[in-house]
This record gives sequence, C-alpha cells and structure tokens, in this order.
Amino acid sequence: MSDNDSDLDSTPEERPAPHRVIGTPPPTRGLLTEPGPGEGGEAEVPPQRELPADAPDPVSARNWERVASALFLISLLASVGFVAAYVGLEVGGQSGDVVDATLRSNLGLGSAMSLAFLAVGAGMVIWVRNIMPPVELTEERHPLASSPEDRAAFEETFIEGAEASQITKRPLLRRTLIASTVAVALAPLVLLRDLGPLPGTSLRYTAWRKGTRLLVYGSNQPITPADFDSAGGMITVVPDGFQDDDEALAKATTIIIKMEPGQLKIPTRYNDGDQGPRTLLNSMNWTVDNIVAYSKICTHVGCPAALYEQTTHRILCPCHQSTFDATTGATVIFGPAPRPLPQLPITTDAQGYLVAQSDFHEPVGPSFWERG
Amino acid sequence: MSTSDGRLTIPKPLSKQGDELDDRFHAAKGVRTLLRKVFPDHWTFLLGEIALYSFIILILTGIFLTLFFNPSMTQVVYHGSYTKLNGVRMSEAYASTLRISFDVRGGLLMRQIHHWAADVFLAAILCHMLRIFFTGAFRKPRETNWLIGVTMLTLGILEGFLGYSMPDDLLSGTGVRIAEGVLLGIPVVGTYLSFFLFGGQFPGTDFVARFYIIHVLLIPGLLLALISAHLFLMVHQKHTQMPGKGRTDGNVVGQPMYPYFMVKTGAFFFFVFGVLALLATFAQINPIWEVGPYTPVAISAGSQPDFYMGFLEGALRMFPSWTWDIGGHTIAWNVFVPALVVPGIIFTALGLWPFLERWATGDKAYHNVNDRPRNAPTRTAFGMAGVTIYGILWLEGANDIIANYLQIPLYLTTEIARWAVFIGPVIVFWATRRICLGLQRRDASMLVHGVETGIIVQQPNGAFVELERPLDEGEVAAIAAKPPAPITVGREVDDNGIPEPSRRGVLGKVQEQAHELFAESISMVPPADGHGNGHGNGHAIDGGNGHAAIEGENAGEPAGVGGGPTAPSEAEDGRTGEGGE
Repeated sequence: MSDNDSDLDSTPEERPAPHRVIGTPPPTRGLLTEPGPGEGGEAEVPPQRELPADAPDPVSARNWERVASALFLISLLASVGFVAAYVGLEVGGQSGDVVDATLRSNLGLGSAMSLAFLAVGAGMVIWVRNIMPPVELTEERHPLASSPEDRAAFEETFIEGAEASQITKRPLLRRTLIASTVAVALAPLVLLRDLGPLPGTSLRYTAWRKGTRLLVYGSNQPITPADFDSAGGMITVVPDGFQDDDEALAKATTIIIKMEPGQLKIPTRYNDGDQGPRTLLNSMNWTVDNIVAYSKICTHVGCPAALYEQTTHRILCPCHQSTFDATTGATVIFGPAPRPLPQLPITTDAQGYLVAQSDFHEPVGPSFWERG
Repeated sequence: MSTSDGRLTIPKPLSKQGDELDDRFHAAKGVRTLLRKVFPDHWTFLLGEIALYSFIILILTGIFLTLFFNPSMTQVVYHGSYTKLNGVRMSEAYASTLRISFDVRGGLLMRQIHHWAADVFLAAILCHMLRIFFTGAFRKPRETNWLIGVTMLTLGILEGFLGYSMPDDLLSGTGVRIAEGVLLGIPVVGTYLSFFLFGGQFPGTDFVARFYIIHVLLIPGLLLALISAHLFLMVHQKHTQMPGKGRTDGNVVGQPMYPYFMVKTGAFFFFVFGVLALLATFAQINPIWEVGPYTPVAISAGSQPDFYMGFLEGALRMFPSWTWDIGGHTIAWNVFVPALVVPGIIFTALGLWPFLERWATGDKAYHNVNDRPRNAPTRTAFGMAGVTIYGILWLEGANDIIANYLQIPLYLTTEIARWAVFIGPVIVFWATRRICLGLQRRDASMLVHGVETGIIVQQPNGAFVELERPLDEGEVAAIAAKPPAPITVGREVDDNGIPEPSRRGVLGKVQEQAHELFAESISMVPPADGHGNGHGNGHAIDGGNGHAAIEGENAGEPAGVGGGPTAPSEAEDGRTGEGGE
C-alpha cells in the first residue's frame, strides 16, 4: 500500500457527492430484528408485530397502486390479444406463403404473450417494492449439528438395531446376502444386450462392390468421365441401389474430383499392419481419366468432408476442419483427422459409366477399437 | 374481513378449513415458520431462480410439444404445407417437427420458447455456478448442494443435446453423427456402445425414439428429483448472504417469504417467461426447415452446436490427430481425449473443488456469509483460470466463424488456441491473484482514508485536492467483514523444529505449499498507530504465515526460537505485515 493518499480533508462541511462503493450493499433501510421463533413449543404466537400494516407514504402508495393496476390491465388485454391472434391468424398452406403465415402468427402470439407476462411481472414488482411497506428482518440461524446427546442417542439406536439384526455375528448370512444382492442388481443388465446387434465386421465394409455404378447424389443418374466438362468441382456420388439407404450411405458416400492432367500424384501406399494380409490403400491405377474417388466420410468423427477448394485441391471437413490434399491421396494437411480419406478404386463399365472396381480397401470413417 | 380496530381477520369458512387441515397435518407451526422465513437479497441470487424457472418453462412447453411430435424414424415422403420440401424423403420425426412449426398455431412459438429456454437454462446454471464458486458459497455446510449442482449441469448438457437431436434435421443429425464418432473412439467397448445405442449401424431406425424417452422422462425425472433436493437443502440450511451491516455467520438478514419474497419471485417467473417469449418472437432459433432433413451424405457449412456443446466441439477441433494402431487395435486419442477425458477432468475438478479447497486451507468452519471474490484471491484465480480454459475451448468451437469475421487464417486460430489453452490460464491465474490482492489493499486503504468522491476543490494556498468521504456504515461493514485468511494446517513443529510426521511426506509438503498460496491476504484492520507499523516490531514466528516467517528470517531470528508472544495481535491475525506497509 503506497502512502500517497491525501489526508487533507480540509473542508469537512462540504457535502460529499453520494458515492457507492462497488461490491458493497446499498445503505440499508429500517432494520427490525426478529428474535427467532421459539424452540420447544412454548411461543406459538408471534411475540410482536414484525411487519407494518401500512405503507409509510399513503400518497405514493396510491399512485403506485394505479401504475401497477394499469400494468395488470395491460396484461389482461394482452392475454385477450393472444386468444385473438390464435383465432385470427391462420397458419398452414391455405393462406399464401406458409413461412410468412407462420411468422405472422408467431409475431402476433409471441408479442401478446410477452406483453402479458412482462406486464404482470412489472406490476407485481411495483406492488412489492413501492406499495408494501419496506421491511428487513433478521433471523437467527440454528446450529445444523445435532446436540451430543442426540448423536449419542442415534448411535445407541443404530448399534441396538445392528445387534438385534445379528448381521455382524453371522458372516455366512452377511456374505450370502451381499453376494445375492449384487447378483440381483447386475443380472438384469443382460437385458440391454438386445439393444442392438454386435458390430462384427460390419464397420469394415461398405455397399460398394465390383461394378457398382456411381450415381450422382440428388439426381441419382450414373455419370461418365465425359460428363465432366472441365477439371475442378467435386461431385458427391452414392452406390447404385442404395440411394435411399441411410445406413449404407453413412459409410459409402463418396466424392469424385476431376484433376488437370498431371496433377494427381497418388503414392502407392500399403497397409503394413501386423495383422492380416498386406493391402494396397492408394493407387494411381484406381483413377479414371484424372478422376479420383475418395470416401466422403471424415476419418475424424464421420462428418461429410463436403468442402472443396479448387485452387489448392483441398478437401475440408466443415465440422472440425480436418483438411485433406486431393492430389496426393487425400493425405491429412491439418486438423484432428488421423488418416487420409480412403480411396475408392474406380473404372468405367461397358457403357462408359463410372463404376467401382471393388469396395474400399480399408475401413472408412472414424477410428474404432477393432479397426486395427 | 376486518374488526373494529382495523385488523384483518381470516373469514370463518377459510379459518375452519385451516383448522381441519391442521387437525390432519400438524402444520400451523411449521408453515408459520416457513411463511416468516427470511430470504436475503442480492442480484446474483436471481441466477439460480432463472435456471429454476427456465426448467419449469421447459416442462410446460415440452409437454405441449410432445402432443404433436412423433419420435419415429420411419421414412416418409413429405407432402405438406412447406411446399419447398414436397416429395423429399424424411423421418416422421422431422415431418412432425415441420408440422409443429407450420401447421400448429403457436407451435413455432412453443418450439422456439422451448429451445431458447434450454439455452437460458444452461447459461443460468453456468452463471449461478460461477457465482457460487467465486463467493465461496459451496463451503461447509453446502458441499452436497454443490455436488448436486454439478450433476445437474452435466445432466442439463446431455438433456439439451438429446433434445436438439430429435428433430432429425441436417444440423442435428450431424451432431448425432459426431456423437457416434465419439462413442466409436472409446477404447475396447466403444463400437459396442455405439451399436447398442443406435440399434446397429448409424443412423439406424431407433435413436430418435430412444433419445425421446430419455429426454422427456428419464433425465427430466432425475433433474426434478435433484432440483427438489437442491431446494430442500437450500431452505433447510438457509441461504447464504453477502457481507454487510448486521450480517453474520449466525443470522440471515432479508425479507420474509410471505408476502415479500413470494411476490418478488412470482414476478420473476413472469419476467423469465416474458423474456423467453420475447426471444422466441423476435429472435429466430433453429429454423429446421431451412436445412432440410438429415442425410449422412450432406452437411451445411458453418455447422454450430448449441452454445453449451461449444467447449466439446472446440476440444475436438483443437486436439492433434494422435492415434495409435497397436496389436490390431486402434486407440483414437484424437477423439477419446478431447470428447470424454477433457470434460471428465473439468467436471471432476468442479465436483471436487470444495474438498480440494478445504484440504488446501484446512478451513473446517461453517460459512454463511459469502466471500467477496477479491477476498479469496487464490480461489478466484483458480476459478478464472478454469473460465479461461473453458472459454478458449468454447471460442475454438466457433473458430471458423471467428476466422471469417476477423479475416485471419482458419488454421492460425487453431494454432493460437492450442497454445493459449496452456499459457492463458497461467497468465490469468497470476493476474487475477495480483488484482485481487490489489483490490484488498484498496479496501484496506479506504477503511483508513475513505472514498475518493471525484470532487476537486482548490485550497486557499492554490493547491487542488480531491475530497474524500469516510465510508458509510454499510460499506465499512462489508469491507471489514473480510474474514482472516484461513490459518494453519498442521505446521506444528516440535522443540527441535521438526514438523509432525504427517507434514513430512510429499503430500504434506504439497498441502503446506497450497496453504501458503491460499493464505496470502491483506489485513482489513486499520493500523492502530497510524501508518507503517508493519515492520520491525518483533514479528512472532508463529508458523501461521509465510510473510511473517520470511521477515523474521531477514531480521535474523532463528525459526522456532523465542519471539513468541511479543506481538500477540499480529500473531493471531498473522497477516498484518503487508497490510500495514
């Protein structure tokens, strides 16, 4: 604490400006002290009047009464208005633009409801603050801890009961009881087993098979390499026959991107895991005419990696911003995704449409324990 | 109604009815005490009430919504009022939400009030919890209510997530998909949990119905029970009060329940409802028709969860891509840690805080008068550090929007957040502690000098001085009510200066360090002999205070020898050294 505060209060007769220290309570009004309700049944009747019956200033109270009553009336009218808005403002398709009709109804009903609530609340606050006489009571707190006698009596009762139950003397009874209650609590948990099938290997495979056509999402039309008029954009495709199967689409959804010649530099990458056969994960041979297909399901937590920036060839997942380089086999450039987006081997069928060569060669989507 | 002397009397039928009730329930005395129960007043005490009333409003509007919502994932092709989606395949859940929005009068209003109320409910809980934390209202005897509160916060977040997942629109479905990815990331059992929750592979046909029953029955039931316990304990243990004139740990100062508090809190219910209705009228929330039904194929850009999920979203965005492939198994640290371990640590630390603080301070006393946050600098600093971590996670959850608004690179925001989440809390901890101690010094100085009024007067000799006024009674009471910092955990030494056995272990030394951290405090007792009595008058080495001990050593007094009772008042208070400087 430095000592440079001035002590030269040379003009004590000046009235200092009212100044409230932040964090301290405002100056208190009248303080009435309540001696606390009598313990033990004697003082059933309140000893003295603690709350005044009348407002200190009758004129002011009368004026505030008018204000509060006006607010209550406004609230009443607003409630009537609410019913009127309900009856008068139609919703649904019959009355022109359905969104406009709904928003009109919402505006009418909501305004009336807001006003009804706020006005009655405001009136009540005026009532309690400006019409009721101000009071401040002090109530004693009683110790929360029981008296030593009560605690001793409790202990005695507890011990008596424990002794009478003989639970401590008969370990066979005790142990079998504990074992049975644990079992009876745990056994019903098996009922949860049928909540769903076991995963098995279902997460490892998708709906893509050799020869499955790539259908453009939305139009559900197959696509030929010639349909790309130029390099650039990204198209979402789904496997033919599964357009309406959300469970299949949750894994099989794929994006195809056409690159300029020479842009694609997909390294040949193998899965060298310590289990199972060595599998090829990426390949230039899986592309057709500079068109490459990647899983759309982000390897982080499974959002669709739906944003594609043409100039930098980056695929971005809008959920957590994992970023993949489309030219190098969708390798991770940034973000929490741990693996590249799996590549779908594609080719063309006899009619020239893009088809899958096979399923993905690794599980798509987020990590899971059994993925390996 | 009234007698000749103007007093009210209870009308006979009512009085008779009351007697009949009391005959059966023995209620007169208890209810009388309840009616006269004193409620202390402070604006921050309203935060919990906002949470309570939002919950009631959630139940009221939620019941209305259940009358029209169809929690089914059966696929239908929409042909309804909202013609833009005609012919689109969607779940019954989404179709019925469209119906609530467009074909049920007031349906959109109820939906929007419900959604806003959920956000306000959780925001109010968070603010209420911060108030409880920073004023130390969780201390004995209220630790149980703190734990109930932490549990309700957790349940509330889960409840909100389930609720906004049920319409099965594109945005909510994306959130559910992320939840599936998080479940899959749990080591060993994750895949099974996911398959059991979704009834097979995501999305399956079950989750809306399952979320629905958890959302409308299980969690609200738990919340209702916990709220009842929370309120019962609050009434039973009586409310805390802020420091002020006439307020002690042994009393409650305020207005009685009947009629004052009743009317105030009733009005407040109407205000909360009114404000939520205003929001629902003028601030559109979750227009599910704009994004269409959920499909795993598509996503809307700028997807943001509700604010209370933001910190989890931020943690997921921020965490590096660490994943291990070991022995044919994948451990997804990149998902498991941010989505489950981080919130687990946050909520565990919250729940344990009252016990950690008690361990660190050795303070086992009852506390019914709240601390002003500055008067517990270390607690306030820990709290602010926690707020900083939460805040950075939360901001990172919207980093794409921040990057867009501030025109800074997206990846830079994440890099900044990754550093800030470690550095930020340290800086904030240090700064908060210094600010609190500085505010304490200002309080101590105000007790002596008074308050600067902002009025400058010129004296006859030409000098300008600022007028000061002494603190009024209430202000003095609030400032001087600062309790002395918790004194002494153990620290007993024997005649040879060897600490007792429990102090010698690592834990004992950590506790001692923690104690010194918590004990730093400025004395609010005005120095009796004016200024500068803090030094050189023979500090007692009572072992209760780090500064005294250090100063004692500087003065060349060996620890634990002599010096004892030369300055008993300081030895008792133990903190005068800095205050008097």
